Formats: sequence, C-alpha cells, structure tokens
Amino acid sequence: MAPDTLLTLAIATLLLPIAAFTVVIFFGRRLPRQGDWLATAAITFALLCSLAILFAKISWYNAETLALNFTWIDFQNVPGIGPLKIVLGIAIDNLTAIMLAVVTLISALVHYFSIGYMAGDVRYSRYFAYLGLFSFSMLMIVLADNLFLLYVGWELVGICSYLLIGHWYEKKSASDAAIKAFIVNRVGDLGFFIGIAILFMTFNTFGLKEIFEGTRLGTLPFGSQGWLTATGILLFCGAVGKSAQFPLHVWLPDAMEGPTPVSALIHAATMVAAGVYLVARLFPLFTADALLVIAYIGAITAFIAATIAITQNDIKRVLAYSTISQLGYMIMALGVGAYTAGFFHLVTHAMFKAGLFLGSGSVIHAMHTALHHQHDHQTDAQDIRNMGGLRSKMPVTFWTFLVYTLAIAGVPLTSGFLSKDEILAGTLAFSGLSGHLIIPLTGFFVAGLTAFYMFRLVILTFLGGHRDAARLEHIRESPKVMTVPLVILAFLCFFAFYSFNPIGAASGWVAQAVERPASVVPAAVAAPPAGVFEEALHHVHGTAMLLSLAVAGLGILAAFATYYWRKISADDVARALAPLHRFLLNKWYFDELYQAVAINGTLAFTRAMRWFDNTIIDGVVNGAGWATKGTSFVSGKFDTYVVDGLVNFSAYLSGFLGLVLRKFQTGKVQTYIIFAVLGVMVFYFVFRLV
Amino acid sequence: MGSLESLWHDITAWLPHVQLAHFLIVSAVLFALGIYGIVTRKNAILVLMGVELVLNSANINFIAFARYGAGNLDGQVAAIFVIILAAAEAAVALAIVLNMYHRFQTVNVDEVSSLKE
Repeated sequence: MAPDTLLTLAIATLLLPIAAFTVVIFFGRRLPRQGDWLATAAITFALLCSLAILFAKISWYNAETLALNFTWIDFQNVPGIGPLKIVLGIAIDNLTAIMLAVVTLISALVHYFSIGYMAGDVRYSRYFAYLGLFSFSMLMIVLADNLFLLYVGWELVGICSYLLIGHWYEKKSASDAAIKAFIVNRVGDLGFFIGIAILFMTFNTFGLKEIFEGTRLGTLPFGSQGWLTATGILLFCGAVGKSAQFPLHVWLPDAMEGPTPVSALIHAATMVAAGVYLVARLFPLFTADALLVIAYIGAITAFIAATIAITQNDIKRVLAYSTISQLGYMIMALGVGAYTAGFFHLVTHAMFKAGLFLGSGSVIHAMHTALHHQHDHQTDAQDIRNMGGLRSKMPVTFWTFLVYTLAIAGVPLTSGFLSKDEILAGTLAFSGLSGHLIIPLTGFFVAGLTAFYMFRLVILTFLGGHRDAARLEHIRESPKVMTVPLVILAFLCFFAFYSFNPIGAASGWVAQAVERPASVVPAAVAAPPAGVFEEALHHVHGTAMLLSLAVAGLGILAAFATYYWRKISADDVARALAPLHRFLLNKWYFDELYQAVAINGTLAFTRAMRWFDNTIIDGVVNGAGWATKGTSFVSGKFDTYVVDGLVNFSAYLSGFLGLVLRKFQTGKVQTYIIFAVLGVMVFYFVFRLV
Repeated sequence: MGSLESLWHDITAWLPHVQLAHFLIVSAVLFALGIYGIVTRKNAILVLMGVELVLNSANINFIAFARYGAGNLDGQVAAIFVIILAAAEAAVALAIVLNMYHRFQTVNVDEVSSLKE
C-alpha cells in the first residue's frame, strides 16, 4: 500500500463522520430510523479504514511519519518577522495510527450500543449527529500535525462534550453539568492557548515537527530555559482540563448526567484521553521540571479520585472517579518518562473503561425498564445499593463486566495487567533515578484501591441478593445490539491482542511501535534519556510486577471480605473513620471549595464591579444628567422670565398704547375735525415759535 | 333817516380804507363759525350748512387775495369753481342725507354708525 493510499484513507476516516453529521443533523428526522444507520455506517467504514491504516502503518512504514500538508494562508513577507505561512496538515505516525483505530473502534461500538440504549429518545437523530461530530473532532486531534488543527479539534470535542452531557437538557442537573464541564475546560484551555501562542511567537509556525526541530537547534521561548518549562506546563494545562486532572477534575463526575454511551465514548475512552495524547504528542518539548509537575499532578489525581471512588454509590460516578484515577495514572506515567506505558495504558484503558461504561449502561437500561414496569419513579436506577444479584438475569453483561473489572484491577492475562505493570515499573524506576519515592508509593496504593472499589462495584451490582425480588423478575438482559459490543470489548481486554507474552508488554507490538521520542530540550534541563530510564526499568520490573500483583490481590480480597463474605462491616469502618468517610463522601469538598473561592469570589468581584458601575459610572452619567437638568432649568427660567418677559412686555406695551390710542378713534368725523383743527393750530404755534 | 344817511356816508367814506385784513377777519370768523357748526351739530343738514360756511370763507379768501394780492382774475375763477363744486357737493350730500333718513329714520350723524362694530 502506497503512502498516498494511506493518507487518502486517513482523510476518508476523518471526513466520513463529519459527512454523516452534516446529513443527519439537517435531514435526520426525515430519514428512515432517524438516520442512525447512516451515522453508524459512516463510523463503521471509518473503523475499517483506520484498521487498514494501522495494519499498513505497522507492517510497512513502522519507522516513518507520513505527512500531508497544504498552505492555508500565505502572509508573504510580514514586517519584523519575515516570510510567514500557516501550513496545516495531517501526519500519521504509529501513535496516530493506534489512536485512530482506538477512537473509531470505540466510537463504532458506542454507535451500535446507542441504537439499543437510546431507542425511543426524544432527540434520537440529533444524538447520532453529535456522535458523528465528536468522532470527526477527535480524529482531527489525532491526525493533526500542527497545534492549530489540534486546538480546533480540541475545542470541537469540548463543545460536543457540552452538547452530549446536556443531551437531556430539560433536567436541570444535566444542563448544569454541561455548563460546568464547559467552563472548567475553559480554565485549562486558556493555559493551552497561551502555550500555543508562545510557541507561535517563538517559532512562527504551528507545525509540531518544525517546533521540535527549532527547539532542538536551540531556539527557546524568550530565549530562556525557564520559559521552556513554563510553556510546557501551560500546554499541559490543556490536558489538565480535558483529562480531568487535579485541580480541574471536578467536571467529569458531573458529566455523568449525559447518556451512558456518551460517557463511555467521550468521558472514558477518547476525549478525556485526548489530554494524555496531547502530553504524549508534545513529550519531546517538556523539560525535566515540567515532567515532574506532570508526574505529580497525575499521582495526586490518581490518589484523590481513587479515594473518592471507594465511597460513591452511583454506578456511573464510581466509574467516573475510576476514569479520573486511571487518567492520572497515564499522566503520571508520561511524567515519569514511561512514555510507552502511559500510552499503552491509554489504549487498554479505552477498551475496558468503555466496556465498563457500556456495561453500566446495560445495567441502568435494565434497571430503568424494570422500575418502569413496577411504576416506580422514586428508586434511583443508578444507585448500586438498589442493585445486587443481577448476575443471573444479565449473564452477558455480568461476565463482560467481570472481564473489564479484572483488567482494570490488573489481574494477570488481561491487558490492564500489562499496561499497569509497565506504569508501576516506570514509577519505581523514576524514583530510583530521582528519589521521588512518593510517586511509586501512590501508584501502588492506588492500584490496590482500584482493585478494591471495582470489585466492590461488581459485588454490589451483580452478586449477592437483590433488594426487591419482584423487581429482579423484571430485569432482562439487554438486546443483542448492546451486548455484542460488550463482548467485543471484553475480548479486547485479553493480553494476546497487545503482546504474546502475558507478563511483559515490552515485546508486544504496541510497545514496539510506540517508542519514547528523544527529547529536544537542552540537555541541561532534559529528563534522563530513554536509555538510562530503560536500564533502571529493567532492574525494577520484577519487583514492580510482584508488588502490583500483591496490592491488586489485597484489594480484591478486601472487597470480597467486606461486601461478599461480610467479614468486615463497611458501616463499622465508616463509623470508625467517620471524619475521613465524610471527607471522601463529599469528594474532598472540592466542589464546596470552588464554590467558596472561585464562584463566590467571582460573584463578589462582579458585585464590586456592579457597585462601581452603579455608583461611580452611573454617578458620573447621572451627574452629567443632573448638571444638564440644572442648566436647562436655569435656561428655562431665563427663557420664561427674561426672553418671554421682553416679548410679553412689548406685546403689553403695544396693547397699552392701543388701549390709549383707541380713545381717539371714536369713529366720529366731528371729533377728527376738532383734532385736525387743533393740530393745525398746534403746528401754527410750533412753527411760528420756531 | 338822517342817521341812516350819515351811516352810509361813514361807510362810503370808510370803504376806500377797507384793507385785506378786514376780508381775512371776516373769512376767519366765517371759517370758525363753519367749523363750530360742523363739530357741534348732530343734524346732518346743519353739518352740511357748516361745510358751506367753510367753503364760503375760503371763497372770500380767494377773492380777497385776488383783489389785493395777485391783481389778476385767478382768484375769482377759483371762487367760481368752488361755488360750482359746493353746489354739486350739496346736491350729492343732500341725496346721501335723504338716503340716510330713508334707511335709518334719522339724520343724526351720531346714530348712523353701522360700520362701527
């Protein structure tokens, strides 16, 4: 297959979903079945294209980067800068090829699942249109060879996330969650935007290749290594927002208000992984300090989210915190330099977390239907305390869910074991090289917590007895269109798809295909090179594997002991650690903190501004008004009394004179004659005297 | 009769001494009487008679100035014109007065004021 064919296929992959979106958004309601088949067919073809790309890329162009670009705008010669062109384009390296396959695969499975899950929804066709728009935007992020297109896709997935979280916008909580997700993402995107602007100012290009090359040759933002670190952290801000990292993780749990397949696609597998992808893409640009910040942010996020997940009772919220925690893992992996492990975990996590969400969707669907049959509108269909014993009624959902849970817990023979093991080994190697022991400690602790809360979820949902026997009778397994995607994803959780060695991913094709790129930053501020890291990794690999097996086993044991065998009472533990339990149940009070600081702060600021507006600005305006009013009052009085007075006086004078002179106008000729005679006499005397 | 004769004698003796001033005095008296008549009378006929007096006082002046001043007949001619004019005027004015009486049943000039108001 020629490179051109590959690029053509990539463009087809990119454009198929947007074409489906355009047709479905405008004509969806008039198409048969509201156009779901069109959107699904488009993404299925995109999936076939991207699988072909992946296969061809890995097989024949493993070490190459295929690129296609065009000049979007040519500014010619810009004064002070020189020739300036904005070149946009796509590039396919192994990272892109794998991401393409992951995105289109999850998207396609979610499309199929949605046909069953969203059946009868009020905005069915719009839902599928947005899924298409999302797929397009996500593929644009993946394919972009420059920060410009990447940012466009970045914002487009943001808006799709907003639209789909708010799909049931009649619900106040859903529209609030959509707005929250959008605004919190803005905070991160601001940093990302500033980072892009700094890079563009420095290199006059958006092209990643050119930026890396320029940095390698010694061009630094504002000529300083400190600014290079700062730029890296600013760019990472975008990932913090999009991948729901501490301190901007608060939007993701609320985003669960969206339809569950959307949570699977956007808020578990792809969009939130875009932040991880961004860090991987820009990896060569990060200095050691920036990577340390990234590693710590990831570790903190993984820890916070895992602790919160233990106490949550909403099935989707547990999964949401689990997602945040796993994203923290990936970010941490990239931060410590375990580039391949971080990206590998992105891929495996996309499979099992999408599966977990779709599985939870299947459960919620069944619960909803059962509650609907019982005319019960009070019971929460998503609360795991209302579930239990679903295993017998939903075997496919249960077994697939169990496979995903084993994968996320890191049980051997699963994909999650491979990737998590690599990450933990990476953190150990990192602490060996730099002495930051807290990171591997957090990593192992979170691995144990993950196994614990995931099995807690499985046990409470599927095992044990159901609270309401009558309701259990109404529970039905979901239709084929929903269970088949679950089975496919469950298969993809087996190690063999990624590496034929069940205890080491290093020899697998993913690890072979995705190699850590060489850093381009000056050697003085660069992280230890890949070779040194690999060496350290090699030494700790066995230790890491044993430790991760131990903590995962402990976590699973603890979950069974607490929730299945009831040896330990969860309530007693909660009572014994009441302050801690309350702290975790309230999600570390992050929402309250942001309410108090960010929201109330903003409100206080706006109140101050309103006061300023009302008092000072309006005061000036009103003062001007009063001054005008006063002046016009004086001028009015002047008009009334002086000008009008003069006019009236002249009129009055004329009137008075008329009144006097009227006396002479008697109308009697005789009088006139007397006057004439007297007048003549007067004249006589006057002129005689003169 | 003796006294009458002496009076006549006196007059004939005085006549050559009659000067322009005497005529003017007569004319002025006549004029004043005419004006007085015009102004004070309410009867339109009497007013017209006053006007005749004024015209005749003017005639006396014409003739007096012609006799003692210019020495030609211009004054006399003017006087003749005035007499003709006065006749015409009297004719017209009397016709008006007749009409007035016919209409208002009065010749009082003060009561004939339909233009006023």
